Amino acid sequence: MNADEAMREITLAVNGKTHTCKVAERINLADFLRQDLQLTGTHVGCEHGVCGACTVLVDGVSARGCLMLAVQADGCRVETVESLAAGTQGAAGLGPLQAAFRDRHALQCGYCTPGILMSLTELLRDEPSPDEEAVRLVLSGHLCRCTGYQNIVAAALQAATKPAGGA
Amino acid sequence: MKAPPFRYHAPRTLDEALSMAATLPSPRLLAGGQSLMPMLNFRLLAPENLIDLNRVEGLSGIRESGDAVVIGAMTRQREIEFSALVKARLPLLAEAIQWVGHRQTRNRGTIGGSLCHLDPSAEQPMVAMAMEATLSIAGPGGRRDLPMRAFALDLMTPALEDGEILAEVRFTPWAASHGWAFLEFARRHGDYAIVAVAVLIELGADGTASRVSITLGGVAATAVRVADAEAALLGTIVSPSDIDAAAACCGSVDALGDPQVPGWYRQRLARTLCARAIPIALARAAGGPASVRHPGNDGTNR
Repeated sequence: MNADEAMREITLAVNGKTHTCKVAERINLADFLRQDLQLTGTHVGCEHGVCGACTVLVDGVSARGCLMLAVQADGCRVETVESLAAGTQGAAGLGPLQAAFRDRHALQCGYCTPGILMSLTELLRDEPSPDEEAVRLVLSGHLCRCTGYQNIVAAALQAATKPAGGA
Repeated sequence: MKAPPFRYHAPRTLDEALSMAATLPSPRLLAGGQSLMPMLNFRLLAPENLIDLNRVEGLSGIRESGDAVVIGAMTRQREIEFSALVKARLPLLAEAIQWVGHRQTRNRGTIGGSLCHLDPSAEQPMVAMAMEATLSIAGPGGRRDLPMRAFALDLMTPALEDGEILAEVRFTPWAASHGWAFLEFARRHGDYAIVAVAVLIELGADGTASRVSITLGGVAATAVRVADAEAALLGTIVSPSDIDAAAACCGSVDALGDPQVPGWYRQRLARTLCARAIPIALARAAGGPASVRHPGNDGTNR
C-alpha cells in the first residue's frame, strides 16, 4: 500500500463482532474482509460483480463484496461464510445449509461456494420453503464451473425442508 | 483489478453533495455502484474524487404526487421490485425491473444510477423512454426538469452538466386499463439484453388502440421509440396483420452490430420480440390474463 494512500476510520460489525479499523478508501469490502480481518472465506473472482463468489450479507441483504467499498460499510452489519458454522452442533460444525451441501455433493472446487451459501442464506430467511424456481433464480446470480448447479439446487431444497430450516 | 486511488466523500445532504460536485476536481458520483465499481476496478475511470450519494437524505423513496409516481434517484431496484404502488400504477416498470441483473445486484443498484449510466441495453432507461418520464435534476442554480428523450443524449451520455445530480424521476401512469409487456433476450438471465422491447397500449371504448408506445433497447446508442411501429397500431382494432406490420417496423430499425452480435440479428430479435409483446399488452388492455414468460431459469429464456 502506498504511503500516501487515503485512509479512513470505519466501525462495523462482522459476524457479530465489532471492528474499528483504518482502511484505504479505495479498498473494496471483499478485500477488506480478506486482507484486514483475515476472513478469507469470502472469495474474490471476477472483481466486476458477475461471478458472485464475493457475495456477503450487508445489513441482512446480499451484496457483491467487490462492488462495495469497505468505507461504505461503516456502521453496517456484515455477515460472511464464517458465520454459518459458528455455534452449530452439526457434523464437523457445519451449519444446516453447509451440511446439505456436503450431503448432496454440491461443491467440487469450492471457489464459488461461500458466495452461494450467503445468497441462499438470505433466500431461506425470507422464504424458509422456496420452490426450485426461486432457488434457481437466486443461483442465476452466481457462476459455478464445476457442478452444473443440479446438486446445489438439491442441497438448497434439502436444507429448506429440514424442520430447523435455513442456515 | 483494483480501483485506482481516489478521495472518498460521504455527504449527508443534497446541498453538501452539490457543493462537493461543483468544487472538487474531477468528481464522480457513486450511486448503487453496480456499474461504476466495475468501471473503477477495470480502471476505465480514474476520478480524483468519489462522492458517495448513499448517505444523502431525501434521495430515496417512492411516492404519489398528484397524477404522478415519483421515484427518488437513490431508490434501490429491490424496493421498486416489491413496491405495491409501482405494481399497481407502473406495471411496465414492475415487470422490467425483474430483468435487471440479479437479486444480489438489485439489492444495491438504483434507478438513478442506471439512468445516469445510460447503458444502451438497460431496462430502466427503456421504461423511462417508453413512459416519457421527467427527470428532476438538482444543480448549483436550483432544479430543472428534463424529459427522458432530451436526457438520453447518446451512448452512455446523459444530459447532465458538471455539478448536477439527478434527484428524482417522475412517471405519469397510463390509464388503469392499459396493457403492457416487457420482453428481452439475453444469452443468460441477468446479462445485458441483446434486444429488449417495451410495449404499452390503451384501448378506446370501441376497441381501437387509442394510445401506443413501443420502445426498443439494445439496438441503438440509447433506448428508442419506434414511431412507425406505434402508427401501425394506432386507431385500429389491432389485427394480426397490424402486429406483423408493427413488428416489421421494429425489425428494420438501424441496429448496432458488434463482433458477437451482428446488426441483422438484433433486427430479427426486435421483430420477433415485438410480435410476441404486442399480443400480451393487448390481452392485458382488454382485461384478459396474459401468459408472460418470467425471466427465470425455466428454460424459456434461452
